[in-house]
Amino acid sequence: MPDIAKRKTDIGPPHYEQFLPPIIKANYGKWKYHEIPRPGVLVHVGETGDRLYTVRAGSPRLLSVQTIRQICDLADKYCDGYLRFTSRHNIEFLLTDPAKIDLLIADLATAGFPVGGTGNALSNIVHTQGWIHCHSAATDASGIVKALMDELIGHFTSMDLPGKLRVALACCVNMCGAVHCSDIAILGIHRRPPKINHDRLPKMCELPTVVASCPTAAIRPVRKDGHETVEVAEELCMFCGNCYTVCPAMPLNDPLNDGVSIWVGGKVSNARSEPGFSKLAIPFLPNNPPRWPEVVDAVKKLVDVWAANARPYERMGEWIERIGWPRFFRLTGIEFTKQHIDDFRHAETTFRRSVHVKR
Amino acid sequence: MSDERRPTPKLDDLEKGPWPSFVREMKRAAEGSAMADQLLGVLELSYGDRVGHWKHGGVVGVRGYGAGVIGRYSDVPEQFPEVAQFHTMRVNHPAGWFYKTDALRKVCDIWEKHGSGLTNLHGATGDIILLGMKTESLEPVFAELTENGFDLGGSGSVVRTPSCCVGPARCEWACFDTLALTYDLTQHYQDEIHRPSLPYKFKIKASGCPNDCVAAIARADLSIIGTWRDAIDVDQEAVGTYAADGLDVRATVCDRCPSKCMAWDGTSLDIDNSACVRCMHCINVMPKALRPGLERGACILIGGKAPIVSGAMLSSVLVPFMKLEPPYTELKELIGKILELWGDEGKNRERVGEFIQRVGLGSFLEAIGLEPMPEMVKHPRENPYVFYEEYFEEEK
Repeated sequence: MPDIAKRKTDIGPPHYEQFLPPIIKANYGKWKYHEIPRPGVLVHVGETGDRLYTVRAGSPRLLSVQTIRQICDLADKYCDGYLRFTSRHNIEFLLTDPAKIDLLIADLATAGFPVGGTGNALSNIVHTQGWIHCHSAATDASGIVKALMDELIGHFTSMDLPGKLRVALACCVNMCGAVHCSDIAILGIHRRPPKINHDRLPKMCELPTVVASCPTAAIRPVRKDGHETVEVAEELCMFCGNCYTVCPAMPLNDPLNDGVSIWVGGKVSNARSEPGFSKLAIPFLPNNPPRWPEVVDAVKKLVDVWAANARPYERMGEWIERIGWPRFFRLTGIEFTKQHIDDFRHAETTFRRSVHVKR
Repeated sequence: MSDERRPTPKLDDLEKGPWPSFVREMKRAAEGSAMADQLLGVLELSYGDRVGHWKHGGVVGVRGYGAGVIGRYSDVPEQFPEVAQFHTMRVNHPAGWFYKTDALRKVCDIWEKHGSGLTNLHGATGDIILLGMKTESLEPVFAELTENGFDLGGSGSVVRTPSCCVGPARCEWACFDTLALTYDLTQHYQDEIHRPSLPYKFKIKASGCPNDCVAAIARADLSIIGTWRDAIDVDQEAVGTYAADGLDVRATVCDRCPSKCMAWDGTSLDIDNSACVRCMHCINVMPKALRPGLERGACILIGGKAPIVSGAMLSSVLVPFMKLEPPYTELKELIGKILELWGDEGKNRERVGEFIQRVGLGSFLEAIGLEPMPEMVKHPRENPYVFYEEYFEEEK
């Protein structure tokens, strides 16, 4: 096996230093301050007075090699070939000549890339694979994000919101998109217990692992038609999909019952209030491709009500904390239901244990 | 291939509108890739019957690695044979997601030759995602990637690809060098990233300041978040300029301070740094006037995760302040002890946060040799059922 000796492994990623433009190398760790001269444009000023301009453009995250080359062409033309991406799938072009900013933005517009996502604005929607590539998706990801951003793009390209607006979408509770700490989280959910394939299960799955995978101990081993298999106590199932993750013979995907839930008021930043989880606003909306109008309308309404009522720098959760949840439900017109009250572990810590009620 | 393309009316609707369209991306890739073309068909099918058409799992990978490739198979392979196998490869991104176009073009060339031509820039953990390839292509793609300086990231029960914010490369608030640390840790844990040896995934994320741009506190088992120990650096003249330019310093800065530790009398901003929780709000609002202090480092937090298996958790404080300078011995020793303990005693698919919940934070600290500190909790316990391991007996 002579090729094994030559085979390179465990080299790790390329060293980032080779990808840093000269102005960054010269000012590394020596930036003094930054400003946002216009939406989508940042200027970072070094201790020496050097000025680095960043132009931030939105992307659909799913990119073809053809489009990546087109982005590279722009980076070559305006940025000596240097660019970066953000944690929210935005593309950032790094320039030293402010005269090139307008030309770059015009070229980006021609290529179909909006510029924005800075300051008190909506940034790009962090999202997962959905039906494009995932086995456990309860909804699509890219389709909802596209439909929603088509409607909300004005909040991306301007800075007309009270505070930052961070929207994320995960197509199931696995939450590859870690939506659980977002101003608005869109979460795909299943609503019917796994449909067990008793023929395939004994061949594909380890029974003890399947039984142990269930957080509510709803799965029990049984003997059925001479097979060792499992049964699910359906009243205990909360549709988390853990069993399906360890056992493909227990799919939860179901067109009639799968859909989308909407959560609000979470954040990860420590600015002002502490980081916190998003809370349930809307328990269920149907999957209605290609544009999910129910989801788009619900999110737009949440953004509009928050934007109209929040104080400067007040994030969604901080605004709700100030006005109280009863008023949030009144202002948004969302019905408060049994599903809004937690009934999993430590649920009692979320009950109102005082007579402090804002009305 | 376009002349034989099946109609995709539902997806075509998503080519309209001002936001860049992922459908356009799929169609562009489909011009050169039968896989991308059939992916359009699969997705149109899902948009019709409202259910996904992918099966999970199957052990696929490159030789010698147990991670970096996600096996994926279609449940309608007869209808779409080109995507019967449609595996994902995670390619470890450069720290901070900085690129030079020649490197990015190289990845494009490799991917156009062997795969669907579709990518994610980037995946949720931070990797470059190469979306959709056949089993036979795994080794050639891996060989060409490593030949060009790229390697795979993590997947499954491994240390996942560490990631970080832009840090000192382009941010005045970076309290430590997030890129240097992330690169160092990534190299240090190559074996643990590529070969599953842990109870479940272990994610590491580094944010340079409490704004936490990579969501470390929510998305990482080990969250490294920059902070400082001394006073906020104030340029009073610049505060005055903000006020003169129309900023209501009292309402927008002082009144929004969570610890109410600052006052503005119209000429001078007075900060009681002993009460400051270092949240960043005042600095965010007035970046030309205020900066983090000079004695900078990071807070190390543990246990953040999404809901699977037993509920979502945010990371909580493990080390309130740590200086982070190469070779990061203190941090690596700490991570080493955590991985050893949890690796030995964690149950299958139990994240470290859930493990701590099971054994208790106090016992966890004892096992990794950290002293309990009041900074680790919101308040001491309210529950009077206290465990003691030993008790006294009357001597006979």
